[in-house]
Amino acid sequence: MDFVDIIFVVFALIVVVSAFIVVFSRSIIRSAFSLLFTFFGVAGLYVLLNADFLAVTQVLIYVGGILILILFGVMLTTNVVSVEIKTGTLQTVPAAVIVAVLSGTIAGIFWFTEWHTAPAREGPTTKALGTLFMTDYLLPFEIASILLLVALIGAAMIARHERGTEGGR
Amino acid sequence: MVLLDYVPIFIMVSLAGIFGLVLSKASEIFGPKKPNPEKLSTYESGMQPIRTARERFSVKFYLVAMLFILFDVEIVFLYPWAAVVRELRLFGFIEMLIFVAVLLVGYVYILKKGALRWD
Repeated sequence: MDFVDIIFVVFALIVVVSAFIVVFSRSIIRSAFSLLFTFFGVAGLYVLLNADFLAVTQVLIYVGGILILILFGVMLTTNVVSVEIKTGTLQTVPAAVIVAVLSGTIAGIFWFTEWHTAPAREGPTTKALGTLFMTDYLLPFEIASILLLVALIGAAMIARHERGTEGGR
Repeated sequence: MVLLDYVPIFIMVSLAGIFGLVLSKASEIFGPKKPNPEKLSTYESGMQPIRTARERFSVKFYLVAMLFILFDVEIVFLYPWAAVVRELRLFGFIEMLIFVAVLLVGYVYILKKGALRWD
């Protein structure tokens, strides 16, 4: 096991353990904060895969944006602190069948697929991405701005709707 | 080895973590503790709390977070462009100008719609 493998195991442990806390924690606020470590661990894994731009995006969008959105979503629920998440076991037999089929399928794909791995490329990727964005993929790049515009207008519509119903709160 | 490039980031993150942990633990261990009811109130020699703070947040926060993510995505697009803007010269600059101009339309729209007004 060389150095990179050790780092991979560390990041993988961070991701898996915090993801377990996200799923199994009884308080939703603890789950939400645990998600922070999951996102950061995934960013670390991206770094190990030589995907530095993806890692930056992960930190910027998921840690900086989506997580805040989730936290606000949690705080929007009434009674943040004392919400008890209860899970019950229902429909055991159908659930077991579906889980068995699904995990069998995934395991089958895992074992019988010939995984083609691209030759590892070293070095930062951001410059290459920027050049491609500005030349070969210019149209998707500009369309992305229109997509963002649509999302902005959608958010504004929701805001106006909320103003009508929510009143002065 | 490319991974060596990330050593500064690793050092910074570790230092930030250690700094926070050590400071909070040190004040817990070494700080004097003489509590009285006045000290334990939420705002010592400040406002009296009217009611519990643990209530439902306003939906407005959610909207701000949504708008924040949208402009966050814009920043992500700006980042690879910024890495190569010197080589692309005016052409790349105009491309980004179009990109930002489209988003500016959306910004003006939400401004006019009053989505950023707080009350």
